[in-house]
Amino acid sequence: MLSESEPHYRQPLLKTPFHERARALSQVDSFIAWAGYTTVDVFTFVEQEYFAIRNATTLYDLTPMVKYRIAGHDALPYLNRLMTRDIGKLKHSRVAYSVWCNDDGHLIDDGTVFRLSDTEFRLCSGERQLDWLLDSGLGFDVQITEVTDETAALAVQGPTSCAVLTAFGLSGIAQLKPFELAWFALPPALGAGSQIMVSRTGFTGDLGYELWMRPEDAESVWDALMDAGRECAIRPIGSRALNMARIEAGFVLPNVDFVSSERSLRFGTERTPIELGLGWLVDFNKGHFTGRRALFDEQRRAPRRRLVGLDIEGNKPAHNALLYADKAGKHQVGSVTSATWSPTCKRNIALAMVDAPHMRTGSTVWAEIYLNRELVWERRMARAQVVERPFFAPERRRASPPADY
Amino acid sequence: MGSGGSARHDAIIVGAGHNGLVAACYLARAGLDVLVLERNPYVGGAAVSRSLYDGFTYSNCSYVCSLLRTEIIRELNLPGYGLQIIPYEGGCTMMRDGGHLALYDNHDALRREIARHSRRDAESYERYLRDMLRQCRFIKPLLLREPPDPTSFKPRDIMELLYLGKHFHRLGEQRMYETVRFWTMSCADFLDEYFDSEIIKAHLAGSSIIGTALGPRSPGTAYVLLHHYMGNIDGAVGAWGFARGGMGAVTQALAASFQASGGKIRSSAPVDQILVRAGRAGGVVLADGEEIQAGIVVSNLDVRRTFLDIMDAGDLPDEFVSQVRNFKIRGSSGKLNIALDALPHFPAIPHGSPSIRGDLHVTDSIEMLERAYDDWKEGRWSRAPYIDMLMPSQIDPTLAPSGKHYMSVFVQYCPYKLADGEWDAAKRAAFGRTVIDTIAEHSPDFKDLILHAEIRTPWDLEKEVGLTEGNIFQGELTFDQLLFNRPIPGYAQYRAPVRGMYMCGSSTHPGGGVMGAPGANAAGAILRDLGRTH
Ligand SMILES: Cc1cc2nc3c(=O)[nH]c(=O)nc-3n(C[C@H](O)[C@H](O)[C@H](O)COP(=O)(O)OP(=O)(O)OC[C@H]3O[C@@H](n4cnc5c(N)ncnc54)[C@H](O)[C@@H]3O)c2cc1C
Repeated sequence: MLSESEPHYRQPLLKTPFHERARALSQVDSFIAWAGYTTVDVFTFVEQEYFAIRNATTLYDLTPMVKYRIAGHDALPYLNRLMTRDIGKLKHSRVAYSVWCNDDGHLIDDGTVFRLSDTEFRLCSGERQLDWLLDSGLGFDVQITEVTDETAALAVQGPTSCAVLTAFGLSGIAQLKPFELAWFALPPALGAGSQIMVSRTGFTGDLGYELWMRPEDAESVWDALMDAGRECAIRPIGSRALNMARIEAGFVLPNVDFVSSERSLRFGTERTPIELGLGWLVDFNKGHFTGRRALFDEQRRAPRRRLVGLDIEGNKPAHNALLYADKAGKHQVGSVTSATWSPTCKRNIALAMVDAPHMRTGSTVWAEIYLNRELVWERRMARAQVVERPFFAPERRRASPPADY
Repeated sequence: MGSGGSARHDAIIVGAGHNGLVAACYLARAGLDVLVLERNPYVGGAAVSRSLYDGFTYSNCSYVCSLLRTEIIRELNLPGYGLQIIPYEGGCTMMRDGGHLALYDNHDALRREIARHSRRDAESYERYLRDMLRQCRFIKPLLLREPPDPTSFKPRDIMELLYLGKHFHRLGEQRMYETVRFWTMSCADFLDEYFDSEIIKAHLAGSSIIGTALGPRSPGTAYVLLHHYMGNIDGAVGAWGFARGGMGAVTQALAASFQASGGKIRSSAPVDQILVRAGRAGGVVLADGEEIQAGIVVSNLDVRRTFLDIMDAGDLPDEFVSQVRNFKIRGSSGKLNIALDALPHFPAIPHGSPSIRGDLHVTDSIEMLERAYDDWKEGRWSRAPYIDMLMPSQIDPTLAPSGKHYMSVFVQYCPYKLADGEWDAAKRAAFGRTVIDTIAEHSPDFKDLILHAEIRTPWDLEKEVGLTEGNIFQGELTFDQLLFNRPIPGYAQYRAPVRGMYMCGSSTHPGGGVMGAPGANAAGAILRDLGRTH
């Protein structure tokens, strides 16, 4: 996996096992750093890549997603202490989205927990946090190991993704329900005896799967998928297209939509899951967990702010826009954290942190947007409506078995 | 530098250290007729560049410009007078077993480097940095403010206390506890809360003892760590680096800025006595007997020197004098400046690693650092000293002839008073040998490359720069000597017990280092007393 020839002080970013394939298909040489790896931002053209997510099948290299193996006799009680959600309810071969907090109920990160056996789990998160995970493990019989670079991961997402995976050779994939995982033998041509784990999870809000494999198998899996998907106009996508889809799906990103309390310097910038509209992930009935007391107090108080969806007039994405209660822009009531033009909904959408009382669905706020008119900049106050998330949630993401789209 | 001209001035600054010059600049810009008197034939105090060997320029004392307040650089237009601060990257601790830990600016390179020693520590380092920056953010607004007198009922003091209180309050309860703990705990205990790996702790602990007569296990050293991080707060590029042309570039730019505002500097003009008449400062007498009058006298000297050497105890309150006597100002550091024929080879540093251009160290455990301190307590220089070694000529081409290099070696610990009698030339040479041998253990060709070495013990620093006992910060940076207790409780507002007389050196808040804040704050206090706004 550490395939690069130069030492880390000359080449700080690692290459993922898909790197050579990605480089060959990259037309605009647009790479970005993600969690210590170099990954593709754009392969060809953002809009085309985006439409492949909503219309065909896409491959997205998510190897840099930080992965931990959490194993041991106390793995379950440990995770239940760490997470706000009741992991005890997570059945074998299932995956749960969850968040975790510090003692003040401030969000550290969000991620997915995979239940692999009675005593073994995998945690996928956006940020590295081994020290927090280890410190939280004091007194538990649990081993926590980062396995990011031992596992290559590929998201296969889009309405035809089930068909592509079937053609690829994963017979029975159509039976996999949302948030389920299963092991498959790789098609014999790709290396006899190799197993691949597939979960019906993703970050697009569409039908899709995530494939977890040994780094050695990565290139042959990629090649075979590209072959299998040729008929379905399969294409690799970069982070930019994915970001449009994830905003439509209403998913949050750490250090974009909220600052991890492990990173925050300024007092008062931390956020709780309740403020992010993720209160449904907090289970007060499961016994003690880190942050419980603070969150319990918080949910009894009137909320002060909330992450909401915005539907904004016009078509100029409201990146980082300040939000006001009034069109004159006198009284600030929040700011946009993520914004995009939604090509599918044909709406100008955003996620925004908005103060009470403007956070209620149906409220109107004003977004201050700067328009570039051939380097003559103009300010526009755009009317924005607070709306429910997600913005786009097609039935096919849940249908089981998925129809032949 | 010309003569003082008229024999009466609005203000006299005693000492042309960087703080004296900063204060002088602000006073001159406010329209005062200001004269700076410096004992040495050159200005700069502990921020100087001198040429002692052909073709080489040394930063004889201070060598890294990390603390100088950007507000000061900007307001006094120091870049317009030639000051350029150039960043350097990283650093490295070489280990006794041939291994090393390097620090890199690139976040991912750094994480992978630390992970070579401990994967967990690589991530704890982020938390450590976060907490350091949180503390820095707390202290930064206090740097360019006159600390309040908690016993006074003057509106300004009450406002300042309220400010401090509010400032504290904004932290929230938990962080307030963290801050109080942090200001009082030892560096070793503090680092233990983050790291497992000995080498990482050793590398970071260095900054907690530089210039301090304390060991890594002494309470209060965590704060010193922060004092060295202060340059990082602004996050501005170039906040941490070398002054192009050596540290003297800072004081040269200050002197030029001052002279451009009409100020006058007299060098080789040691002040013998500050004149006090009817409880008011009235001027100074130079060593040669010349008397110069001024309504305001500002001392850039440390408090001991100011009040015990060039003032009459009779002019001062008894209690004050005894507090000055007890002010902690112990020498603990030495310095070597070395001219090298070529870049020495350090086998532990990997080829192509930029850390060779950063600060290099050879102390690989907290234990070793504490043992080095034990030697100091027993009145001898450390047999295995902590060194902070840099070769700035790799970045700044003005310091050495092409292909040759200037090496600055800061040494901790070295006592002012030796157990076996006074410092002399032989002992100074022996101290130098200890340091050179220490470096040579990590660099086989080092000794052969030495063309010239300047060796400075605390005793030399006192003689040359006038720092009492050679204490580089003009007084220890411990909590009992910080904020409204610096230098003396009740006298933290730059005003001496004699009317018209002020202090502006590193002995005052917020303390030592080439920061300029004491000088700027003192000027502010003076101008307020004159009814002018700063
Ligand atoms: C070896 C060493 C290394 C250091 N390294 C660093 C570093 O890397 N980075 C950093 O930020 N800081 C460093 N420091 C600390 C920093 O240099 C000092 O804290 C700072 O320069 C002190 O400035 P000052 O203006 O307060 O006083 P000083 O520089 O001490 O100035 C006092 C001036 O008064 C003059 N004087 C004394 N007596 C008389 C008299 N009777 N009449 C007239 N003039 C007189 C002196 O000659 C001197 O010029 C170091 C210090 C030393 C000694």
